[in-house]
Amino acid sequence: MSATATSTVSSATILPFVEAAARGQRDTRPLRLITCGSVDDGKSTLIGRLLWDTKAVKEDQAATLARDSGKQNDLGLPDFALLLDGLQAEREQGITIDVAYRYFATDRRSFIVADTPGHEQYTRNMATGASTADLAVLLADARAGILEQTRRHATIAALMGIKQFVLAVNKVDLVNYDKAIFEKISHEFREFALALGVRQITAIPMSALKGENVVTAATSAMPWYDGPTLIETLELATARSGQTGGFRLPVQRVSRPGESFRGYQGTVAGGSIKPGDSVVVLPAGTVANVKQIVTFDLVRNAAVSGDAITLVLDRNVDVSRGDLIVSIEGQPMTGKAFDAQIVALQPGGIEPGKRYWLKTGSRRQRVSVEPWSQLELKTGAWAAHAGALAMNAIGKVRLSFEEQAVFDTYEQNRTTGAFILIDPDTLNTVAGGMITARRGELGGLYRGDADGQRVVLSLPADLAEQLMASDLFASRRDETEIRRMTAHEATELFANAGSDI
Amino acid sequence: MPLSVQETEIKNPPVSRPPLDPHLKALENEAIHIFREVAAEFENPVMLYSIGKDSSVLLHLARKAFFPGRLPFPLLHIDTTWKFKEMIEFRDQIAEKYDLDLVVHTNRRGRDENITPFTHGSAFYTDVMKTEALRQALDAGGYDAAFGGARRDEEASRAKERIYSFRTPDHKWDPRNQRPELWNVYNGMVRKGESVRAFPLSNWTEVDIWRYIQAEDIPLVPLYYAAERPYVERDGMMILAADPRLELQPGEEVKHGSIRFRTLGCFPLTGAIRSTASTLDEVISELEIATVSERQGRAIDRDQSGSMEKKKREGYF
Repeated sequence: MSATATSTVSSATILPFVEAAARGQRDTRPLRLITCGSVDDGKSTLIGRLLWDTKAVKEDQAATLARDSGKQNDLGLPDFALLLDGLQAEREQGITIDVAYRYFATDRRSFIVADTPGHEQYTRNMATGASTADLAVLLADARAGILEQTRRHATIAALMGIKQFVLAVNKVDLVNYDKAIFEKISHEFREFALALGVRQITAIPMSALKGENVVTAATSAMPWYDGPTLIETLELATARSGQTGGFRLPVQRVSRPGESFRGYQGTVAGGSIKPGDSVVVLPAGTVANVKQIVTFDLVRNAAVSGDAITLVLDRNVDVSRGDLIVSIEGQPMTGKAFDAQIVALQPGGIEPGKRYWLKTGSRRQRVSVEPWSQLELKTGAWAAHAGALAMNAIGKVRLSFEEQAVFDTYEQNRTTGAFILIDPDTLNTVAGGMITARRGELGGLYRGDADGQRVVLSLPADLAEQLMASDLFASRRDETEIRRMTAHEATELFANAGSDI
Repeated sequence: MPLSVQETEIKNPPVSRPPLDPHLKALENEAIHIFREVAAEFENPVMLYSIGKDSSVLLHLARKAFFPGRLPFPLLHIDTTWKFKEMIEFRDQIAEKYDLDLVVHTNRRGRDENITPFTHGSAFYTDVMKTEALRQALDAGGYDAAFGGARRDEEASRAKERIYSFRTPDHKWDPRNQRPELWNVYNGMVRKGESVRAFPLSNWTEVDIWRYIQAEDIPLVPLYYAAERPYVERDGMMILAADPRLELQPGEEVKHGSIRFRTLGCFPLTGAIRSTASTLDEVISELEIATVSERQGRAIDRDQSGSMEKKKREGYF
């Protein structure tokens, strides 16, 4: 694998982009992307360049810029960073402290950019920007190569479900447009990204400052590079992949304008629906058929993922806000215990055992959270961790609900598998999370619906301690699960577990 | 009034438009989602209605979101008394045509003290007649959520504003402590007195607004289209000379020319542009080659760099 990766690295477009274009199925939905990189990789310059070269910056804005900065770069262009760092605090500090959204368009497509901070303490903002992104542009300074921060951002982006990466090897002009340097950096990044499960990777050598390979190809400066420019790559990328599974409609509100009309309003979060289809209302499990799909413009004969619709059913069933209307085939998981990965977003972190509000789709319910593993961003490894998760930490947690909860895995559905946690004391959003699996009803015993063979043991405490102290155990600590109980409790657990274990 | 059975049996409308292009459709879906979410989560929402093109799009999307029902919230217009005459006429026509609950509020104190854009300067006038007036109206109505038509592409500080933008009981915005906003899962939990401003058009650009107006055939105040109009040049702006309260200063004269407006606000603070674009198609083609941003015509944004952020911190929308 590594041999082929090296040989194709100078034109590093991965096939799916090109195939999509060749089939004439160009995706014209707006592409949401996130840009991330270390502090001095030139991220603001890159976005400024994109806005400038696609003419999204108007003359008066440029004039304000020139007035504010009083300086230009050596190409006679405004200081692009100032264009982006809109808040006064940022101008004063000279850093980007929050996610900013930018808009630009070409003749072929429009783009929404989440520009996220490079500083380590703002990892949470990167996660915020990544949550809605279809593609991540990761910057690397050609002189510095892949830094720890680059790996960190790639890891977070992959974790948040982004399947398309662009590696922008910036400032190639400062290494004399050296092909070997570009290839070395691209190769290293490709290996890393593949290990994260990201397969669509495009590496592009560029100078954002000079505008080379951003919007305009730089064939004279880099005759050895025959791959796409950044903008070409973005034009061909796919929006919102990865909604697999059946029909999903989180009910936002019930519309009852008159006695005879009862419609369920929401945005289709997966699959499709047409009149006559049978559906199930979860968590209740009631079955009904679709009578009509109503929108302002016309009565529609079908609705697909992304459509904001009003659904009318053929019979009077009890449906309220927060319910999930789904297809009979391919239903989501229902239960009171789930596994998830979360990003802690606030200074207070996430406290084990605390009861939070969880919001997913249009549903809000009480949940308690037990962290059991934490991602070490330096190495990308998961380490056992049972305490609180500090701000910016990424952890694996168990969620325990008081009432039935309904989810897909995040891998299957980026809407019905995603949630936020709200602190009941501050009412602030304290975490973003992604469902990885449902847990068995017994809480401590893994039913194994996610991965294969599991054995449940009941051991004397001292023997268990010895086992856990071994290197082999430590290296696979995140795959195991430990509950301490008396011999009597264990016996009871086994007796009641039945086929679950 | 509840609709009757016959009215709610939904039929295809007589005029069917071609389907929206995927880009506008995605923006429309997102806006409708936000409208429904806020209406469901908050006890007492209101929609800020400024009569301009963005408000017109916002209203259209709201009607779509709650169809076949009526809007489940009122519209609020802050009337500074210095709006263009055509705007007020248009507002009242629309309210009647769409059967809207319209609340109009003017800052009494400002009116009694005769605070005008001519006598007190744009910054102070805006603070009293817009910002303070808005706070008064929101307090009086006890609204816990207010929809606005702001877009992130309008101005630098807006680029970082959330779709649910949290406000303290005294309507302050703290840009450094915004709630994180992930996916389309919005946190609508507030304490009594706190509120959110909700921005369904956050991800729209000016071109999107115009293309949507065209695709959906949304009515606008005629001032957006070029016509032969009287104007006065003042401080580098062309001010419409149609209101008797506009007093000519020494050296000024009323000129006539084909002009139109890219944004609409208070007439003394809103500059026209020279244009012959008298139809929607012409406006859009003019826009696509425009080299200046729309807010260039707004005096209040130019007072100082970061002036919008300052106003927003103080409670301006």
